[in-house]
Amino acid sequence: MGEWWTTVPIGTSMGNYEISSISHVTMSPSRQNNLVSSLPLSRSSYNVISAFCTEDNMPQCISYINQELDSLGLCSTRIEASSPGGATINTVPALNAMYEIMTIHRRNMCNLEELEKDQLKTSSNLDHIQMNNSRLKDQLELSIREKSGLHETERQLQLKIKTLQSCLKTEKDEVQKLQSIIASRASQYSHDAKRKERETAKLKERLSQLLVDRKDKKLAMDVLNSLGRSDGKRSHWKTTKTTASHEGEMYKSLLNDYEVSQRSLMLENAELKKVLQQMKKEMIHILSPRPTRDDSLDQAESDGEEKVGDSSRETLDQSCEQAREQLTNSIRQQWRKLRNHMEKLDSQASKVQNQMESNKEVAQRETHEDEMERMRREVQQCKEFIHAQQQLLQQQLHTSFDDETAALLNDCYTLEEKERLKEEWRLFEEQKRNFERERKNFTDAAIRLGREKKAFEEDRASWLKNQFLNMTPFTDRRRCSSSDGQSALSIRSEPEMRMSSTKSPPAKSLNHAAFSTPKPTQSATVPSTTELYRTLRLIPDGSSSRHSKQGCWPESSTIEDGDFRVKSNRIRCGDLSIFSLGGDENSLT
Amino acid sequence: MNFSEVFKQSNQLCKVSPDGKYLATCVQYRLVVRDVETLQILQLYTCLDQISHMDWSSDSLFILCAMYKRGLVQVWSLEQPDWHCKIDEGSIGLVSSRWSPDGRHILNTTEFHLRVTVWSLCTKAVSYIKYPKACQKGIDFSRDGCYMALAERRDCKDFVSVFVCDDWHLLRHFETETQDLAGLEWSPNGCVLAVWDSCLEYKVLLYSLDGRLLSTYSAYEWSLGVKSVTWSPSSQFLAIGSYDEKVRILNHITWKKITQFEHPATINNTKAVVYKEVVKRPAVCSDDLSLHNITIGNTLFNTQSKYEICPTPVQLPVVKPDPDRANPKIGVSTLAFSSDSRYLATKNDNMASVVWVWDVQKMSLVAVLEQTTAVRCFQWDPRRPRLALCTGNTKLYLWSPAGCVSVQVPTEGGFQVQSLNWHCSGDSLILLGKEQLCLCYMDNDQEDK
Repeated sequence: MGEWWTTVPIGTSMGNYEISSISHVTMSPSRQNNLVSSLPLSRSSYNVISAFCTEDNMPQCISYINQELDSLGLCSTRIEASSPGGATINTVPALNAMYEIMTIHRRNMCNLEELEKDQLKTSSNLDHIQMNNSRLKDQLELSIREKSGLHETERQLQLKIKTLQSCLKTEKDEVQKLQSIIASRASQYSHDAKRKERETAKLKERLSQLLVDRKDKKLAMDVLNSLGRSDGKRSHWKTTKTTASHEGEMYKSLLNDYEVSQRSLMLENAELKKVLQQMKKEMIHILSPRPTRDDSLDQAESDGEEKVGDSSRETLDQSCEQAREQLTNSIRQQWRKLRNHMEKLDSQASKVQNQMESNKEVAQRETHEDEMERMRREVQQCKEFIHAQQQLLQQQLHTSFDDETAALLNDCYTLEEKERLKEEWRLFEEQKRNFERERKNFTDAAIRLGREKKAFEEDRASWLKNQFLNMTPFTDRRRCSSSDGQSALSIRSEPEMRMSSTKSPPAKSLNHAAFSTPKPTQSATVPSTTELYRTLRLIPDGSSSRHSKQGCWPESSTIEDGDFRVKSNRIRCGDLSIFSLGGDENSLT
Repeated sequence: MNFSEVFKQSNQLCKVSPDGKYLATCVQYRLVVRDVETLQILQLYTCLDQISHMDWSSDSLFILCAMYKRGLVQVWSLEQPDWHCKIDEGSIGLVSSRWSPDGRHILNTTEFHLRVTVWSLCTKAVSYIKYPKACQKGIDFSRDGCYMALAERRDCKDFVSVFVCDDWHLLRHFETETQDLAGLEWSPNGCVLAVWDSCLEYKVLLYSLDGRLLSTYSAYEWSLGVKSVTWSPSSQFLAIGSYDEKVRILNHITWKKITQFEHPATINNTKAVVYKEVVKRPAVCSDDLSLHNITIGNTLFNTQSKYEICPTPVQLPVVKPDPDRANPKIGVSTLAFSSDSRYLATKNDNMASVVWVWDVQKMSLVAVLEQTTAVRCFQWDPRRPRLALCTGNTKLYLWSPAGCVSVQVPTEGGFQVQSLNWHCSGDSLILLGKEQLCLCYMDNDQEDK
């Protein structure tokens, strides 16, 4: 049925339906007689049924239906008349049959629907395919046209090629022809030239012959008196001897030239050999410090080479071929080794570089720290070293103290040192005095402040007391007391100024003062003292460390010792003294 | 730099004696010999006709004056003014006359190169050498004066004859492997003879004194070949200039090419200094004259041209030769080594206004001198690496490794320098105009600059 459809051209679904029914007819000819009844079934079944079964033909109908049911494969349900020949039928099997038939019918309907759907789909598919087909046909046509066009152009091109090839051929022929023409002309020309040349030669010959024959009178030389030869010799007759001598001279000059050139070449050679030797030496020198890394075989080889080099050096002057070979060989080997070494180094360097790049920063910091640590250690070592030197020097000086010159020098230095110390002592004394004064001032001020504070407290108490009564009489008094406090502060700032002018308030002494001050101010209130502290502390902070150190000198209990040390160090030379001072500094700090 | 007054001369015949003491000039049919120092006339000889060629003998004692039209040669003695010698070649004609190296023989080439006549002034003997070849340079004497090489043509083949100059004994006679021999030249040490073919074939042959072929060199085939050949004074190098605008340098050991110097129209070589002559610059710019431009002329003689150093790349003026004409103006026609063999000066014919100076030690271009007009002549100082050149105008140009100078010749009437010759001491230059000459004395301190 499907095959049949495909051949059928485009048609509506209705038409299809009809055709299918027709096919039904053709397929089941047994139902031919029912054709009329089966067709209008859908439209008006009742009329047909009424036409089908009448009370008269009931059994036939039943048998017919049974037959039909059998043919439909429903053998189980047989419609039977309730009574033979009766007008009624047994309802249960009839209903069953009907039900069966209905289910079959429904199934068929479903199938039909599906089939219709399928048909629709396929028809649309068909449409699509047909459209595709037409399109492809168009394409095909187009490509066929294109193809033909291309064929045409190809043909044309081939034609062109053919013409060009023929052209080329003709051109080639032309070229060949021209070449042959040129060649023939050249040969002709050269032949002619030769002929002409021969002719001219002949002519020349003839001309000279003629000139000779004519005995040209004009051809002459008119010399007043003939000259001597430039070398003063007389001319010789031409003999075989002279020719031989000429030959000899020629060969001599040739030989001379060759000798000269050989000499220059020898010189150059020697020069080059020298260069080679030097190169070799340098290579050996470069390569020798690292034989431990190479295997023993290598080293042995190099040893051998060294020997070879020596021998070649010995035989250098002889410029023997063997020696030269040895030299070049050894150089070559050394060079190879050097190159290998260089390559190795290169690879190492690149590796290192890579590593560097990978952990560059970390490494840098690490190295930096390491470096710092190393340097610190070094400094420490140096210090220790200097210290040891000092001690040694001192010991030495102790031992050689009774030396007269040493004593003399010592005296000189001690004198100088004493003077310096005296000055320092004076300075210290002055500072001390200043300090004492300062302390006194401070304590005085503290006491005064305490007193004032006390007075102020009293005043305040009284003022508070009187506040309730009347305010006017107390205000004046209070103002007076505050002004007093200000004046006290200003007085205190004065010695500070003085101290700064005297330029060296020693830190230690200050501390001492700081320790000592609380004693008198214990009675006084705390805030004022702290204020003072602050103001006073500003001064030692501003002063330079040198001053504080100077201040320290006399303060330290080892005045004698330090004095002596400096003295002893100064004995030898200024440099030492500087070192020793540095050492002192270090020890102090 | 000082200049002498101007003297008359004709045919640019003016030569200093080989010993450097005398200056001989020809004025029409008169020969004037002056002292080089004082420029006073020492001798005055009168010839039979207008002199077409003049030459000193090697010992500076005799002067040869040739009158080619009359086929006459007259010889004058400086020591004996009344001594005279006249050689008449007769009807056979005369095209060239020269001294033999010993100064006692005169070699005359007759018309049509029929023969070379050797006249002896000692014995009055005459010898003939037949079949001399008419070519670029057919005769050459070795530097020591012992040997003479003569190109010959017999039976359409080239031959070279080597004569002993002492008694004109034929030492060697050999055929050369040339199509058409164009020239020959002895190496300065006199042991190698360079022979080259005509321009139709690039071929240079090197023969030993005894006639053995040492080597053959050919750079290319088919196109026009050798144009000029020059030996270096040290005999180490043979420079070959050719029509392909290149100079090839051969070495004296293997006779192979060491290097080749090209003459491109655009100079890209940054190591080379390009001096460009600039004419008539406004006076305002004279303040920024480069160090290389000597300002003597500016203060004394109102110089109108100077050199400027051009930064590379530089485009040089090129004249395209006419391909239809014979002897096209292309290729290296002039080559000259400095006396110390250190420098080589070349001129490429299609860049006629440019002189190239090459360093032979470094084998590279040193300087390029671009003139405003075509270079007529250049010559190296025989003592120092100093190159003098002229371009047919009123200026003299000098190059040395230190720099480049342009000097106006301070004479009235526009003395145009056509040619120049160094004095053998290198202290003075003879400048030849069309009909005048003038001596130029170098300051000795100038070369130290």
